[in-house]
Amino acid sequence: MSDGNGFVLACPLPIQQYPHVLLAHGGGGRLMQQLIDAFASTFASAELARRHDGAALRIGDLRLAFTTDAFVVQPLFFPGGDIGKLAVCGTVNDLAMCGARPLYLSASFILEEGLSMETLGRVVASMQAAAREAGLEIVTGDTKVVDRGKGDGIFISTAGIGVIEHEHPIGPEAVRPGDAVLLSGDIGRHGMAIMAVREGLAFETEIASDCAPLAAPVLKLLESGVAVHCLRDLTRGGLAAALVEIAQTAGLHIQLDETAIPVRPEVQSACELLGLDPLYVANEGRFVAFVPEAEAKRALSLLQTEPVSAGARRIGQVTADGPAGLVTLRTAIGTTRVLDLLSGEQLPRIC
Amino acid sequence: MRFIDEYRDREAALRYARLIAKITTRPWTIMEVCGGQTHAIVRFGIDELLPPGVTLVHGPGCPVCVTPVELIDKAIAIASMPGVIFCSFGDMLRVPGTRGDLFSVKARGGDVRIVYSPLDAVQLAARNPDREVVFFAVGFETTAPANALAVLQAHQMGLKNFSMLVAHVLVPLAMEAILQSPNNRVQGFLAAGHVCTVMGYREYEPIAKKYRVPIVVTGFEPLDLLQGLYMCIRQLEEGRYEVENQYTRSVRRQGNEAAQQHIREVFEIVPRKWRGIGELPQSGLGLRAPYRAYDAERKFGVVAHTAEEASECIAGEVLQGAKKPTECPAFGTRCTPEHPLGAPMVSSEGACAAYYRYRRFTEKQVSTP
Repeated sequence: MSDGNGFVLACPLPIQQYPHVLLAHGGGGRLMQQLIDAFASTFASAELARRHDGAALRIGDLRLAFTTDAFVVQPLFFPGGDIGKLAVCGTVNDLAMCGARPLYLSASFILEEGLSMETLGRVVASMQAAAREAGLEIVTGDTKVVDRGKGDGIFISTAGIGVIEHEHPIGPEAVRPGDAVLLSGDIGRHGMAIMAVREGLAFETEIASDCAPLAAPVLKLLESGVAVHCLRDLTRGGLAAALVEIAQTAGLHIQLDETAIPVRPEVQSACELLGLDPLYVANEGRFVAFVPEAEAKRALSLLQTEPVSAGARRIGQVTADGPAGLVTLRTAIGTTRVLDLLSGEQLPRIC
Repeated sequence: MRFIDEYRDREAALRYARLIAKITTRPWTIMEVCGGQTHAIVRFGIDELLPPGVTLVHGPGCPVCVTPVELIDKAIAIASMPGVIFCSFGDMLRVPGTRGDLFSVKARGGDVRIVYSPLDAVQLAARNPDREVVFFAVGFETTAPANALAVLQAHQMGLKNFSMLVAHVLVPLAMEAILQSPNNRVQGFLAAGHVCTVMGYREYEPIAKKYRVPIVVTGFEPLDLLQGLYMCIRQLEEGRYEVENQYTRSVRRQGNEAAQQHIREVFEIVPRKWRGIGELPQSGLGLRAPYRAYDAERKFGVVAHTAEEASECIAGEVLQGAKKPTECPAFGTRCTPEHPLGAPMVSSEGACAAYYRYRRFTEKQVSTP
């Protein structure tokens, strides 16, 4: 049709629904949100509807946080961590994000026939080390073994309870216009570390996962009397997904400054190479804290005294007059763009 | 950050914006050819920095977008065959064919894998001698050298179980098709820096001359794009129509001759259908006779058919810069990344996906300083 007359407007038939679960349903983007919506509407719990990292429950005078998480990762061992450490940190961090002191964990293992006992031993030892570091005990568990080929070595599911020792309501609903947004350190390391190992991509500098328990910096803020409004650890979907969810749930506008968001050079380079945006890359040891403007400076200093959040920065604020429910980013060159959820996982570009 | 932050400097960007405003005396419409450039423009809001009369339209340089439905259907057919390991760049997996996409094939049990290099697929074939490994070779001149290398490597290793579904397209013919269209609005081009890194820019010189259109070979960072636009507008204002090179840190006039040699060794120029544009003569690459054994279409005997297309999608006009994604009635409503009507809504290099991700909200909602 090089004669230029009447170009054919070509496009395929629409795919209107997903009859099967796709990997994108677990990618931390919009499809995953839709999947969670489906669970939430079936289970119909007010606590679930809060859309926080865990449930905050009142039993008599006691306030408990309760959460669960499942872990599947290949490879099982990667620079900066392994599936065992992840399984402990993930649940500890969900409890910490409820403003709770993590106390007890359960651990369930789905093991694939043929897994080496040595590998299992290393994973379990790593879990115990992470639990000790986070100051809690693994007190109950379960094991199942599946046929070879029906699992991926090890799947781990952990659940945890923690005690809430303060009266602050912590969650998206407590976010107020004017709040400062603090980020606990550089982003994108876990996702890029896994990708590098999984895909055999050798970068000049080895990227180590940021996988770490986050209870210490959170408890430090709370024990120092900072009126924390909201906490969220950054996992799948990265910083962008966490903030978009908070902005939507809170119905407020979050304004970020791109140049204030720390990204290590090796992560930045790897992302540029693959066409990925570090704002959407997974983390396992980072969180955002929303605190009143008046307490922002003190909160930041407190975070910076803890090793795991020594690189904390203020990255933005909640505005009163901005577009409600949106996160906007002032780019490095001074223009503004909207941060949105991705559909599923980011895919490396072609060229 | 070396070689990234330098090209994202706010002061330098504003300086270029002021320079552009200063030399612009009337409206101009400029097309950036490459989807990577489209994303950078929308992601960094480069167009916000331009004078109101300067319009950027987005070109066909998104490999995923222009791969015809028939080939995607063939890919799906091959990937669904037992014993096949189907390898593709990640971007391609979400593009809808007539029925479903490659991700759905994977969800139904097909062995579909994302690779980062065609050479990974060759290795996979060497490690799995009892399986057929097929690589989906999409892209422009940028990806052609590595794909050629993969065929040469498979040939050297004597691999009988490796093949390629070739969907390669070439940029210059598409630019000419756009310029020949009666609806053409494009007065100047930013040519794709990566394509020219491989091919050089000699082949653009006759186009600039024939159609009296300035072409500036341009990079992908905000400052590259602003400088490329400045150079292009300066030519337009001065009535010149030359090929200029903004991306000198990567592109030479003759390109990468070793890479071109590999392409010529393995591929020959063939007619190719472009999704949304139609068949263009001499606009694609196909395997040369000595390498036909690596042609997956032949090997698996997948039959060509005419695919039905959704009538509502205006991808064809978007890919030729005749319309902006937001001018499509289905944009953001019936067509989203979750339920794409057309490929430009899928790819990270597609214009519709870029607008959906960064521009879905009206400018009233987002105040720009």
